[in-house]
Amino acid sequence: MSASTSWQAVIGLEIHVQLSTVSKIFSGAATAFGAEPNVQACAVDLGLPGTLPVFNGAALDLAIRFGLAVGADIAPVSIFARKNYFYPDLPKGYQISQFEQPIVSGGVIRARLGEQVFGVQLVRAHLEEDAGKSVHDAFHGASGIDLNRAGTPLLEVVTEPVMHSAAEAVACLKALHTLVRWIGVCDGNLQEGSFRCDANVSVRPGADAPLGTRCEIKNLNSFRFIEKAIDYEIERQIRVLENGGVIRQETRLFDPARGETRTMRSKEDAHDYRYFPDPDLPPLIVDPARIEAIRAALPVLPDAVRSELLSLGVNGEHAELIASERELYSAWQALRTALPGEPKLCANWLCGEWLGALNAAELAVSAAPVSPAALAGLLTRIVDGALSGRMAKQAFEAMWTSGESADQVIERLGLKQIEDGDALGGLVDSVLAQYPKQAADYRAGQDKMLQFLVGQVMKASRGQANPAQLNALLRARLGR
Amino acid sequence: MSDRDLAPLHSLRDLAAELADGATTPAALLEQSRAALDACAGLNALITRLPAPAAPGASGGHPLWGVPYAHKDLFCTAGVRTTAGSKMLADFVPPYSAHIHERLDAAGAVLVGKANMDEFAMGSSSEHSAFGPVANPHDPSRVAGGSSGGSAALVAARAVRFATASDTGGSIRQPAAFCGVTGIKPTWGRVSRYGMIAYASSLDQAGVIATSAVDCAIALQCIAGHDRRDSTSQALAVPDWLDQLDRFDLQGLRIGLPTPMYGEGIDVEVLEAVAEARRVLEQAGAKVVDVDLPNAGWAIAAYYVIAPCEASSNLARYDGVRFGHRAEGVRNLEELYTRSRTEGFGAEVQRRILIGSFALSAGYYDAYYLKAQRVRRLIAEDFARAFEHCDLLLSPTTPTPAFRIGEKLDDPLAMYAADVNTVAVNLAGLPAMSLPCGYVGRLPVGLQLIGKSWDEGLLLAAAHAYQRRTAWHRVLPESLR
Repeated sequence: MSASTSWQAVIGLEIHVQLSTVSKIFSGAATAFGAEPNVQACAVDLGLPGTLPVFNGAALDLAIRFGLAVGADIAPVSIFARKNYFYPDLPKGYQISQFEQPIVSGGVIRARLGEQVFGVQLVRAHLEEDAGKSVHDAFHGASGIDLNRAGTPLLEVVTEPVMHSAAEAVACLKALHTLVRWIGVCDGNLQEGSFRCDANVSVRPGADAPLGTRCEIKNLNSFRFIEKAIDYEIERQIRVLENGGVIRQETRLFDPARGETRTMRSKEDAHDYRYFPDPDLPPLIVDPARIEAIRAALPVLPDAVRSELLSLGVNGEHAELIASERELYSAWQALRTALPGEPKLCANWLCGEWLGALNAAELAVSAAPVSPAALAGLLTRIVDGALSGRMAKQAFEAMWTSGESADQVIERLGLKQIEDGDALGGLVDSVLAQYPKQAADYRAGQDKMLQFLVGQVMKASRGQANPAQLNALLRARLGR
Repeated sequence: MSDRDLAPLHSLRDLAAELADGATTPAALLEQSRAALDACAGLNALITRLPAPAAPGASGGHPLWGVPYAHKDLFCTAGVRTTAGSKMLADFVPPYSAHIHERLDAAGAVLVGKANMDEFAMGSSSEHSAFGPVANPHDPSRVAGGSSGGSAALVAARAVRFATASDTGGSIRQPAAFCGVTGIKPTWGRVSRYGMIAYASSLDQAGVIATSAVDCAIALQCIAGHDRRDSTSQALAVPDWLDQLDRFDLQGLRIGLPTPMYGEGIDVEVLEAVAEARRVLEQAGAKVVDVDLPNAGWAIAAYYVIAPCEASSNLARYDGVRFGHRAEGVRNLEELYTRSRTEGFGAEVQRRILIGSFALSAGYYDAYYLKAQRVRRLIAEDFARAFEHCDLLLSPTTPTPAFRIGEKLDDPLAMYAADVNTVAVNLAGLPAMSLPCGYVGRLPVGLQLIGKSWDEGLLLAAAHAYQRRTAWHRVLPESLR
């Protein structure tokens, strides 16, 4: 193959989405993150002899909610299967998963990359239990096992291999990440491992060529690492092929320190998982009424929110932001209800001052010192002309610090626009008297002098003059 | 057989009445049991004998209150070691109890020990125990059967009034037949498996062994019923079986004789004893018809694929990491696994793990596991068709009476053939019993009754009707006469 071959990368993703249930998928132990090792592992999680799994229906509801949100099919009957392999943090020597009949089949994730919108087809999403954790650095000469995570419910989402760049893969992951948090099935915490991704990467000499041999990259726990790892892997495979080599099917591990992927195990060492239906668990039968109840309770989804915002004239960047987080959308809805005629003003303030202040303070939306209702109160004062934009910003800062309402702050700081024509007229007259030359220059045609005079009046009013009114008054007084 | 060779007619019902009116006490029963356990210690029927079994609290009126019993040693008992007959669990003390133990405890039954068994319930002779073989009370040179050999031997030796047991391919019925006692394996899903150490989950079923159908009914009544900790236990009402026993009449009962269970390999003396039992039932008004089970011949083959497949996975948890036997001086993880499992498991368990791992592996799954599952479905359909013509089935439990200790130890296939009449029942999930119906010399012969799903009541009632007309269930081992 020549160096001029136009290589096409082909990428498929497998994402482990940790479902936000209170207890584990097959036991009553808690799923909370960060507990002391092994305090959240009961007899079932430890795989003690004679213990049996009992399926947690809450995990089913979340899986169905996800399936409906991506337009997938929900299987009326799905089967739990055992995936058999030995590892110290896998207590039973098998993982309960779904193999031949998963709960969710098909569906699409709609992702955005710049202006481009594309759909990523899903193969399936199946329910399974998580393994525990091996701790390799806590004990000298031995590894520790923490089984708190063992039995935590996961939904493994598998995409078709339809992405062709690291950027597309990351865009897909971000869309999925937004969605699972939006519909409340996962907290999306990458650091705590609530959202984990493996990527299958291959390259081929052109879009019409048959698929190349793929490598699976594991250990990808940030969007930045995912992008780096896939980019590296694509380049590596092209380099190997252009040098006349062959790609061997293998599992590779991403090393964030070096920005490289390296071989973890080859195909020859791959496990034979010896899947078979778990005889301890009857087939999972889903009542159609249950699906319909979950469908009815499904919130408006990010795609619909984005379209709605754009149709209201909100700019693309703000629409994207508001459609990225459910709580932000709730805040938006509160503003919209209070100020139905001002979608752009609402979006500008929500995504500008408000979100900016939240980010600067590193606060969650729910912890904002200025509630959406309070913000609506402030915006109402802008719309009714009581406050200029500049004064509103001043008022917002005061509200943020004190927790007062807009009207309380306006009262306390005396932040009221001078809209009284007489009061404003008095200020204008005294400024014109103070600057006769500049007034004359304006009358003689020097337009820029108007700005100077506006500035002086504004200064004299301590910023409280209504700018539009001031402009009109000055022009009238100067006869132009 | 003279009267002095027979145990008196004395059911758990009679015992409950005596306890209620003070004619005997739990302490007296415990003392009798202690003496009997001492007397039969040579049988090696117990793995763990409780040093000081606790007398029960105040009677709640349950018929098992104060009654000494033993658990097969695969039912977890909090604070009392539970070995499953394996070196792997020789020191395992569970922190929790099996569902059936909680039930029996609540009833006030008194646990005196944990009964010996084939390791992880894999075997038909109780010779595959890390704690040594169990001898048959009727002839100590013979096996007690398996895998619940300890449970059957203890009941036959009258050391306990009843014992719990489990049946995956015949492990209640076959030792009951060999030891001349009565055992019932209920419908799969009738008794919770929670806390029962698993061998092959889709076939494993807890049940009981006692000296009569009445006593089986009382003990089974206590442990049966839904338990939400076992997702495969069925949420069905459990009928009052004693009431069913008392009202039952054999008149008009249709009994099917499954022709494949009377075929090649069944001893003539066994066939004669079963034929005699059939005549007893016919004289009481039952009607007998021949029925076919066309696919029953494949039962052993299907069983010895499905059970090992499930076992290979169920036993993966014994890896030396969290509990159970852990090899010493290992250099790495693989060695920890390999040596812990090689040292901890006996030969028969290792054989079945290897068979199961092979049959489930890539490229063989369809040919073995899936095909065996298809056979299993066909066999279940055979039974369903047979039950269109009859109410229950009658056959020999085993092809022969108890064989000699060591006789089949080196020939696994001959050992597996001892289950020829019992495994099909597990594949179909049906309830079945074994009860004594005669003797070949000193050795008991077992009669198997098989019922429709959830119809344990009819089985128990028919068995009771038979036992009212015969005395085989009262025959004592020579050492007790």
